[in-house]
Amino acid sequence: MGSGFLGAMPDAGLAWLRADGPHSDIVLSTRIRLARNLQNFRFGTRADGDDRREVLRMTLETAGVAESLRDGRQLVVSELQTAERQLLLERHLVSRELVGSNGHATPSHTALLMAPGEALSVMVNEEDHLRLQNIVGGFRLRDAWRDVERLDDELGQRLPYAFHTEFGYLTSCPTNVGTGLRASVLMHLPGLVLTQEIGKVLQGISQVGLTFRGLYGEGSEVVGNFFQISNQTTLGKTEEDLIDHLQRVVHQVVQYETQARGVLLRDAPVVIEDKVWRAYGLLRHARSTSFEEVMNLLSGVRLGVGLKLIPDLSVYTLNRIMIFTQSAHLEQVAGNPLQDGDADVQRAAYVRAVLSSERPGDGGPTGAAHA
Amino acid sequence: MLCENCGKNEAAIHLTQIQNNEMTTRHLCEPCAETMGLSSGAPANAPLADFIAQMGKAIASETVAAAGTCPSCGLNLADFKKTGRLGCARCYSTFDTSLRGLLRKLHGGTQHTGKVYLPPHPTETDRTARVVSLRRSLARAVESEDFERAAGLRDQIRRLEAGQEV
Ligand SMILES: [Zn+2]
Ligand SMILES: [Zn+2]
Repeated sequence: MGSGFLGAMPDAGLAWLRADGPHSDIVLSTRIRLARNLQNFRFGTRADGDDRREVLRMTLETAGVAESLRDGRQLVVSELQTAERQLLLERHLVSRELVGSNGHATPSHTALLMAPGEALSVMVNEEDHLRLQNIVGGFRLRDAWRDVERLDDELGQRLPYAFHTEFGYLTSCPTNVGTGLRASVLMHLPGLVLTQEIGKVLQGISQVGLTFRGLYGEGSEVVGNFFQISNQTTLGKTEEDLIDHLQRVVHQVVQYETQARGVLLRDAPVVIEDKVWRAYGLLRHARSTSFEEVMNLLSGVRLGVGLKLIPDLSVYTLNRIMIFTQSAHLEQVAGNPLQDGDADVQRAAYVRAVLSSERPGDGGPTGAAHA
Repeated sequence: MLCENCGKNEAAIHLTQIQNNEMTTRHLCEPCAETMGLSSGAPANAPLADFIAQMGKAIASETVAAAGTCPSCGLNLADFKKTGRLGCARCYSTFDTSLRGLLRKLHGGTQHTGKVYLPPHPTETDRTARVVSLRRSLARAVESEDFERAAGLRDQIRRLEAGQEV
């Protein structure tokens, strides 16, 4: 298990972990996706095997000549092992719909096309025929948009998209029609949570036409003080309007968070320092931890790194722990399926090894990477 | 609690702001918040599935006779109400009347103003529409001093107007 595509490319799709974008202590990643459908084929929920096969064939053919994708990697997801599909899901490269969620049959003829550099990719035969997406580190909406827009042009001049002069790009769900654009920013907001201001901030966000959710997709619990903020409407505004609006609001939330952290440090320095170091101590020494616990402790440590209370620990390392302590990633390292209890032990061991290898001065992408 | 701006209406919007390291919360009624640009009038994070189901109900009772079944994919309004998903591009014209109401509720309007698609073998109309949308992006790029983007957009416009491949 696990030798497949990850054997050749252990960091596939994880460029954003490097945390080299602006505000990366508060904004983990920026993602933009575009929903597109091809004319003359039924959309995801109504498409039969023939529709799906032909959509995949046309898209693969185009990917071979489109400049952004040409030298990239093409994974036919429906032909991968379950464990490999799970890895892609844990890296947020594919959606639950694409890999087939618990109990449901795996959808046929699904694929993930990744551009060289692995930030830019296309999901094929999801709810929409194509979901173009770009995931970059830090707060970089404009950069993310520029690349995905270029990819959209390259694909659109070869594949006949379903486009309507009034309604714009047609999508399976009417909530995505028009631009088909969903821009989201993944934020870590422990300061606002600890000062109990988060509810009001989130309420404010939903009142300006944006929406938020937890780290793990729709309808999920919020863990580790992570919030994903995105545009709610897709029709009637230009792509740039949608992006700039999100940009302004997120920028303001970054300021709120920074100020809340300042207030905490000023009014309760001992409490904060204690909280942060306790979290670090538990991660550094615990022998068995659930994923939720790791996420919550990481939040404390991340806050400590952001406030410079914990020196010599990189955001990159924390990001890495967040991805590699998920079940499929642990199983890939272990080389076999893990029972719950075993996974918790394996997880704690992984975290200890990564943290103990991070020495002053050798943080960053090549330092503490592989446990 | 009454709106702190007008003191008349019930405050429906509570916005937290932090200024000079002090957190303050403003309690406003919807009309005041809107005047101050603090509310877009968009549905406040309503679970969309519920919303669509609700709309589906309204649609179903209104227009069962008008819109039957999509000739291209076989979807009918009952299916749509159940899944919230359309079956094909043709569905958008099949259910046009019903969809408009839904789109207005969801997005506040029905007219796309973003990027205009340029198909593989564009007609003159396709090119013109695309140029209009590119000019809009260009104005914006210039305004925000994104000169690299502006130069790229000018190139595209020039090629389209010269009838060249893009
Ligand atoms: Zn008022
Ligand atoms: Zn249809």
